[in-house]
Amino acid sequence: MKVIVDMDRCQDHGQCVFSAPEVFRINDAGRLEFVAEPDDTLRDAVEDAADVCPLQAITIED
Amino acid sequence: MAGRRVVVVGASMGGLRAAEQLRAAGWTGGITVVGDEPHMPYNRPPLSKDVLAGDVTHAAVAFRPRTSCADVDWRLGEAVTGVDLEARRVRLAGGSSLSYAGLVVATGLRARRLGCPGPAVGRHVVRTLDDARRLRDALGPGRRVVIVGAGFIGCEVAATARLLGAEVTVVAPEAEPMYRPLGAELGAALRRRHTARGVRFELGRTVERLTGEGHVTGVVLDDGRTLAADAVVEAIGAVPNTEWLAGNSLDLTDGVRCDAALRVESRPDVVAVGDVARFANPRYDDVPRRVEHWSIPTDTARHAARTLAAHLSDTAPPAAPFAPLPGFWSDQYEDRLQSYGAPALGATDIRLLEGTWTTACAVGYHRDDTLVGVVSLTPGSHPLSTKYRSRLD
Repeated sequence: MKVIVDMDRCQDHGQCVFSAPEVFRINDAGRLEFVAEPDDTLRDAVEDAADVCPLQAITIED
Repeated sequence: MAGRRVVVVGASMGGLRAAEQLRAAGWTGGITVVGDEPHMPYNRPPLSKDVLAGDVTHAAVAFRPRTSCADVDWRLGEAVTGVDLEARRVRLAGGSSLSYAGLVVATGLRARRLGCPGPAVGRHVVRTLDDARRLRDALGPGRRVVIVGAGFIGCEVAATARLLGAEVTVVAPEAEPMYRPLGAELGAALRRRHTARGVRFELGRTVERLTGEGHVTGVVLDDGRTLAADAVVEAIGAVPNTEWLAGNSLDLTDGVRCDAALRVESRPDVVAVGDVARFANPRYDDVPRRVEHWSIPTDTARHAARTLAAHLSDTAPPAAPFAPLPGFWSDQYEDRLQSYGAPALGATDIRLLEGTWTTACAVGYHRDDTLVGVVSLTPGSHPLSTKYRSRLD
């Protein structure tokens, strides 16, 4: 599973962090950081994170 | 009929999420999604902001359906006119019908319109992509825009219209903008931000009628004054689309009443998702409410799809009741309002948790001395309310 975030769209709402804290985090500078190729066991959480992104900036590729 | 089918009525975010979550819950039968708009589901928050401010296409706001939904049958531009819940059959405007094994009610809301007399042209709402495109053409430098309603849509449209150089007046019966969800203090803080940008407010006022021959030229207030207007935006809330469910002995007074599993009046084969669903949230009380937050279609679809998929496969429904943590945001100018929990339930005990009303603040809403909601108003995109969210769990 590959996670792609369109950083031109991302506005740092941080909702993905609540859904998948193992994959997404807001760093000390306030910007989003994420694990680009998380373990497949986290798929449900990452799909939830993509769903709740207000800007719909997260895509998942297999 | 080849195999059993779920029919989803409504092709907005809630309908899409329902289809996706039915697949995620293991439903392998047919899924047909029927919607009266011509567009595939799209994201609505940009309608009051980016779509008004620029040349945004459907593609830019469209959701990307999950690959699990590749075989979903989309019937777009088709209105559903009725349903027989006993016969399990949905009627379409063209005269045909669809039978189903399971039904998802996802018809959402439509904009409420002003009931007062006046011309029909020059009046706008912001509910659909086509609505927003029409309003976009009416905004611009020097255009006089009167916005009726000071809720989310009214305030966001006011901000966008000012950024485009329009002369903006907001008319609302409440004492402050966004009074009902936020209370007087935060409403006043928001008003000051708008006023500093040149928005005029007529608060505590209602609209008597609109003037103009053919096209709107003005708005007559209840105190007799007339505000000149090139465009009027009706941002006075929304009405559930439930007429198609009539004749089935359902309580349709305000959306559809759902049980803790999101079944409509406990019918095993009918669930509801999105802001048409009226449900009690056991986090707070047993009062069923509709919730018009952006997060609700996704939250309800996840739960309702599990309920329906379990019924259709004769397995047990989700054991836990539906109990989402509400949340909403609103971007106005460079400020972001971010809410978690249910501030409206704690509106009689509002406390400033952090910051000041004039710069950045986090505000707590309490019921029986317990924090039930946190809202922050913060410049930029890093809401102060985020760190209080865990206190609401």
